[in-house]
Amino acid sequence: MTAPAMTSPTLRTLALVAALSALAACESPSKITQPTPAAVETRSPVAAAATTAGGSTAATASATQAQSTVASVDLSASRGVGAGPGGAGAGAGAAGSTALMAAPTQRVVYFDFDSFVIKDEFKGLLDAHAKVLVRNSGKRLVVEGHTDDRGGREYNLALGQKRAEAVLRSLTLLGVSDKQVEAVSFGEERPASAGADESSWAKNRRAELKDR
Amino acid sequence: MRRALIGACSLVFHAVTTEQKLSLLLPRRRLLAWAAASGALAAVPARAQIRVEITGVGATQLPLALGRFRDEATSGVALSSIIQADLERSGAFRVLGGDNSLDERSTPELAAWRSRGADALVAGSVTRLADGRFDVRFKLWDAVRGEALLAQSKLVQAADLRLAAHRVADDIHLKLTGEPGVFATRIAYVLRNGRRYSLHVTDPDGEGVQVALASPEPIISPAWSPDGRRLAYVSFETQKAAVWVQDLSTGERRMVAGFRGSNSAPAWSPDGKRLAVTLSREGPAQLYLINADGSGEPQRLTRSNAIDTEAVFSSDGRLVYFVSDRGGGPQVYRVGVNAAGDGGTPERVTFSGDYNISPTLSPDGRHLAYITRQGGGFRLMLLDLTGSAPVSLTDTTDDESPSFAPNGRLLVYTTKAQGLDVLMTTTLDGKIKTRLLSTGADMREPCWGPFGR
Repeated sequence: MTAPAMTSPTLRTLALVAALSALAACESPSKITQPTPAAVETRSPVAAAATTAGGSTAATASATQAQSTVASVDLSASRGVGAGPGGAGAGAGAAGSTALMAAPTQRVVYFDFDSFVIKDEFKGLLDAHAKVLVRNSGKRLVVEGHTDDRGGREYNLALGQKRAEAVLRSLTLLGVSDKQVEAVSFGEERPASAGADESSWAKNRRAELKDR
Repeated sequence: MRRALIGACSLVFHAVTTEQKLSLLLPRRRLLAWAAASGALAAVPARAQIRVEITGVGATQLPLALGRFRDEATSGVALSSIIQADLERSGAFRVLGGDNSLDERSTPELAAWRSRGADALVAGSVTRLADGRFDVRFKLWDAVRGEALLAQSKLVQAADLRLAAHRVADDIHLKLTGEPGVFATRIAYVLRNGRRYSLHVTDPDGEGVQVALASPEPIISPAWSPDGRRLAYVSFETQKAAVWVQDLSTGERRMVAGFRGSNSAPAWSPDGKRLAVTLSREGPAQLYLINADGSGEPQRLTRSNAIDTEAVFSSDGRLVYFVSDRGGGPQVYRVGVNAAGDGGTPERVTFSGDYNISPTLSPDGRHLAYITRQGGGFRLMLLDLTGSAPVSLTDTTDDESPSFAPNGRLLVYTTKAQGLDVLMTTTLDGKIKTRLLSTGADMREPCWGPFGR
């Protein structure tokens, strides 16, 4: 505690400097030149802020915007046909495909802990899907990889991606064009089962094959 | 003598909830009124509670007397209560009652305050100006030396009165401890309430919560731009992981990485122009550098056949720390980054345990905090990069996603309490912890914002 005592002129100078720097800090929001995606609905609470104790009107708010204000974006209103977590989503995706044979009903490959190796018991399932894709070059598939919830989210996202890619690789080895299939991951974000025991975890370590 | 006594005692200190201290919760009321009017946003937490726990021997606290600021009641924001809560939560102060008749123009009897046990005294005022702004003034006196230390005036809009109170607490903290406070910074986190996800921004005291994004699909990995104006994050709204950047004040947002496969783990370069991201466009997860506006082609930073992810830049922008399982299990590595974006050969940094993830680096580059898996549980660890062994900071077993405060003195992370994910902050010695929980909802993925919002 070694600061000298404040004298009146120093205080006034300090107040002036503080006032000037406070004013300088109030910048107008930055402009983004590219258009935002059409599906996004944007609402700004600045208008709500303007109704408080005799404050700035909405017209001046953009020029001297409060530093605390966060604009809120709500995506829920733009949801159309969305697959729920763990849902089959087959209805949304099957439209437009002209399959000559019925799509295989088995759509989930399960994995061991920390593994992305495809076990023999699922080779038949992949074979069936590969046949459909090879015969219908217009048909599209997405493989969604998942993990159980043990471990970090980003690492699990990458592990889920490896599972999806292992399935993709198996399909391409069976003759499927990689233009027909995309591998994505949900990591631990879309569990099929909510429990915290081995049987739940085993149900979550999976790759799902979904029509697009 | 008194200080020595305080130092010698171990303390357990429970603060009353911040709601009880504040006479008006203007930002939350405004937000709730808007949400009710628009019929949207079910994800705003009903009650966020903060609980301060200070444990351990040797927590020396400076006694400081603080009364109400003149006219704070008419301003609608209880500035002195916010300042008191901030100072107490830092663990460095014990706040005594002040004199509500004092303000920054007073000439208090400092010797009398000293004899009442105060080492420092604060008084102030808040005055509404003709244009609707407020002038927040305060003075800080050293009661031991009998002199004034600091006098400040802050001109703010009504919406920034809370921010002004936090800045006053920062000024006091800096003057008396020599360390910058982080009371005026913000923490971003994700809230999951059933099947709804929302990206929140909060003051570190849990108040002033605002929602930047609400979505029916998961949101993970928020990251603050160095200027505090934007958040990068991963959103699954397009049915896969993609990286978005959103301007906080306008809500404008843009997808900056939506390549084939998964796009995730955004980390800002210190100049705010680039992001390190994890892309799977050429196979399993690898690190790339992209322009923060999404323009141009990604430059590949790591080349391995393993998973490389969770990049974080050093403050000088020369190093990127990241997680890789190229050696078997995930460990933390670091790699040099030159202007062209080419990486050098990565160097391993963590050697204890077989599963180390989620690195966060202190601004001075000296400490690395991360999560280690030990016997099925996950624990927050702190590593001094100048050479000692890592130490654990908690005794919980579900710790995740640590993030350093910009003064390098605190960490925010999540853990589980009563079956819910909650936010915690801790000092680097693990002794002072605060808990932020939201009833009925999971709080996760915290990221501590920079100085100067």
